[in-house]
Parts: sequence; structure tokens; C-alpha cells
Amino acid sequence: MNLTSPESLIFWTTIIFVVFFFLMKKFAWKPILGAVKSREESINNALAAAETAKLEMQNLTASNERLLAEARAERDAMMKEAREIKEKMINDAKSEAQAQGEKMIAQAKSAIESEKNAAMAELKNQVSTLSIEIAEKVLKSELANTEAQTKLVVQLLGDAKLN
Amino acid sequence: MRIAKSTIQFIAVLLITLLPISGFAGGSHSEDKEFNATDLINSHIGDSHEFHIADWNGHPITFYLPVILWTENGLKVFSSKKFDHDNEGKEVVEMDGEKFVRYKEVIYYADKYAEITDEADKSGLNFAARPLNFSITKLVFSMLMSVIILLLLFTAVARSYNKNKMAPKGLAGFLEPLVLFVRDDIAIPNIGHKNYAKYMPYLLTIFFFIWINNLIGLIPFFPFSSNLTGNIYFTFVLAFITFLITTFSANKNYWGHIFAPPVPKALYPIMWPVEIIGMFTKPFALMIRLFANITAGHIIILSLISLIYIFKTAWISPVSGAFVLFMSVLEMLVAALQAYVFTLLSALFIGQAVEEHDHH
Repeated sequence: MNLTSPESLIFWTTIIFVVFFFLMKKFAWKPILGAVKSREESINNALAAAETAKLEMQNLTASNERLLAEARAERDAMMKEAREIKEKMINDAKSEAQAQGEKMIAQAKSAIESEKNAAMAELKNQVSTLSIEIAEKVLKSELANTEAQTKLVVQLLGDAKLN
Repeated sequence: MRIAKSTIQFIAVLLITLLPISGFAGGSHSEDKEFNATDLINSHIGDSHEFHIADWNGHPITFYLPVILWTENGLKVFSSKKFDHDNEGKEVVEMDGEKFVRYKEVIYYADKYAEITDEADKSGLNFAARPLNFSITKLVFSMLMSVIILLLLFTAVARSYNKNKMAPKGLAGFLEPLVLFVRDDIAIPNIGHKNYAKYMPYLLTIFFFIWINNLIGLIPFFPFSSNLTGNIYFTFVLAFITFLITTFSANKNYWGHIFAPPVPKALYPIMWPVEIIGMFTKPFALMIRLFANITAGHIIILSLISLIYIFKTAWISPVSGAFVLFMSVLEMLVAALQAYVFTLLSALFIGQAVEEHDHH
């Protein structure tokens, strides 16, 4: 190999390489590595944010479902309660109506009874009055003839003897 | 559509494999000389003071680069044109009263060169006979070009992030995965989440720097084709920087491992040299690995092309063209792979130095 004097290439390689290294470091590697790193970070952040959003989404769905289930349960409870109230009301109404009816029947019965009694009493009075009147009339007509009167008295006396 | 595509592919392969024939048919000025593959390969994988583009009618078309010399009388700067393609130490260049000659891409003082009698003293390491040479050589030129390309590319990417906050597209879409690859597959697994950020700029810089220079070396025409990453001085500097970073960022666990390894105290005198040598062998292996891999690739491709000249027949060119195509594709892979390996091992060494818990 016809290498020229070693100092030439060693000198220039050292100088050029050192200058080149610092130029590249300042104007190429720093901006490039910085840009790559910041882009990687932004990608990582974006991915992390997406992951968080996904988790939040899941949480949201879960809580939505929970809310829905709660609402459904509440609705069921309300409906059940309403049904119970309805049934209770119906039952109450029924029993009250029954009681009322019974009461009314009892009242009616007692009214009928009292009316009946009154009517009976009235009837009795009527009957007695009528009987008296009849008896009076009979007596009047009977006693109009003396013979009959005597006969009656005898009869009455005869009855009295029997007693 | 499919037929058209495969036809184009067929023609392209044919062109590439037959290309050496046209080069051979065009004739070359080296016909008068004995062809020497070793010299050719050595000159292609080595460094030079000018950038040879092509030959035209026997005249070389060359991009001349500045020669910068630190002599005994101060700085001398002149164009490499003055040597007039001489590499044999014949052309004497006079500059402000100092005379220089060039022999096999090493510039000597002319008077001291004349005194050298032993061929072994004609080497770049003979500092007594030559001025210090800080020339912008072909490899330095190529390195500057790669630096400019990378700066333009990556500052454009950096700017694109100001406008585009969404997914990257265009140039950023192409380069960002590579940056992320260095971060996620090299830095973080080897250095750890806590410390990696500090070393990212260095790892990214060496990864792209080595890769683009490997690729530039594979393009076989001006202004590319230089064998920068296959130059041991270059890989030495990079490996040395990794060594410095490893050593200066090492924590007490690392030093503890070296100076108080978990062995009986009596073995310390044996362990210390082993561990200290270990500190140096790791970057040494880095240096050799990159240098050897890239240089080997260049040598194989150049040898395959040289086959045509060695056999002195154009009929070998389809064979060697096909092999060169295959090797070039393989070298494209090696270019990326070696950049990856260098970066990975640098990250591994740094990771060992900054590791928190003690592992044995």
C-alpha cells in the first residue's frame, strides 16, 4: 500500500471527524432524536389517553347499566307497591262496602221490625177497636131484645158457675 | 411489462459484464509497460496527492489536490500538479527555496532523498528525510465530501421535523428507521436505558460516517472510489476515539474489573497485564476489522479486473465482469455490515465501561 505520510490522514480525520461530530450533534442528531422522542411520547400519550377513554367508556357503560337496573328495580318496586295499594284499596272498599251493606241490612231489618211491630200494634189496635165496635154493635143488636139479654146473662152465669 | 423489465435487466447485466471489453479495446497507455497488478492495486487502495479521473489518448485527466507541507522553514502550500504525475522521485519541485521530490506518494526533501541509499528508508515513516505532510489527499477530499453529503442529508431531515409533525415521509422516512435502528438495536441493548442517550450522537455519527464512506469506496468513478474506510490510519483514528470514550466514561466497576479482578490476590501480577492489554485489544480489533474487510473487498474487485490484463484477452472479461458484479453486490452488504459491526462493538465497549452492576 502506498500510504502517504500517516500524519496527513490522522490529522485531517481527527479534525474533520471532531468538527463533523459536533456539527451533526447540534444540527442533526439533537433535533432528530428530540423530534422522534417527542413524537413517541405524543403517540404513547395518545395511546394512554385512548386506553383511559376506553376504561371510562366501560365505566360509563357499567354505571349506565347499573342505573338502568336500579331504575328497573325501582319501577318494579313502585309497580308492586301500586299493585299492593290497589289490592288493599279494593279489599278495603270491599270490606267497607260489606260492612256498610250489613249495617244497612241490619238497619233495614230493624226498621222493618219496628215497622212490623208498629203495624202489628196498629193492627192490634184496629182489631181491638173493630172488635169492640163489632162487640158493641153485636151487643147493641143482641141487647135490643130482652130475651136474648136474659139468655146471655143466664149463659154468663152458667159460665161463671163452671169457673 | 414483465418481459420489458427482464429484458432491461438482461441488457444491464450484459453491459456491466462486457464493460471491461470496451475499456480494453479503448487502449491504455500502460500497453508499452509490463502490466503489474500489485502496483495497480496498491495505487488504487492507497492514498494519493491527486485524484486521477481517467486517461485520454495516453494523457491522464486528473483533479489536482493541494499539497500542504510543514517544513523546517514553515508552511508550504502548492498544487500537486507541480509533481507532474511523477512518483519516482525524479521531478524536483522548488517552492520558496525548498526542493521536494515525490516517491510513491511520499514527499521528501530533494537533498535528503538523494542521500537515501537503502530502499527500506524510502517510507512514509522516515521523518528525518521529509517534511510533515498535511496535504488534502484523495482520502481527505473524499472524507470532506462524505461529511458534506451527510450534513446536507441530516440537516434536511432535522428541518423536516419542524414542518411535519406527523409520521415521517420522504428523506426522513428513509433515514429515520436507520437512526431508530442504531438507537433501539445498537445503543439501548448494549449500553442500557439509563446511559444510552449520552452516546447516541457518537454512535449515529460513526455509523453513518463509516457507512457512507464504505459506499463511496464502491462507486468506481470520480469523485468517489476512494478507499477511505480501508485505510488503517482512518480506522485507527475512529477506533482510538472509541477507546477514549470508553476509557473516560468508565465507572469504578470497569476499573475494578481491571485492577481488582475476582481472582486470588496472588494472581494480580498476572491479571493486570492481561486486563490492561485487553483494554487496547478491543479498539485494536475494531481498527483491523474495518480496515481489513474494506481493503479486502477492494483488492478482490481490482484483482478480478486485473485478470483481463494478466490473461491479455478480452474474452475473460465476461467472467471477471460477472464476478465483479457479484463482489460489488456483496460489498454493498459488507459496507452496511461493517458500519453496523463497528458501531455495535463501540456500543458494546462503552456499555461494558458504564455498566452499573458487577457481573462476573
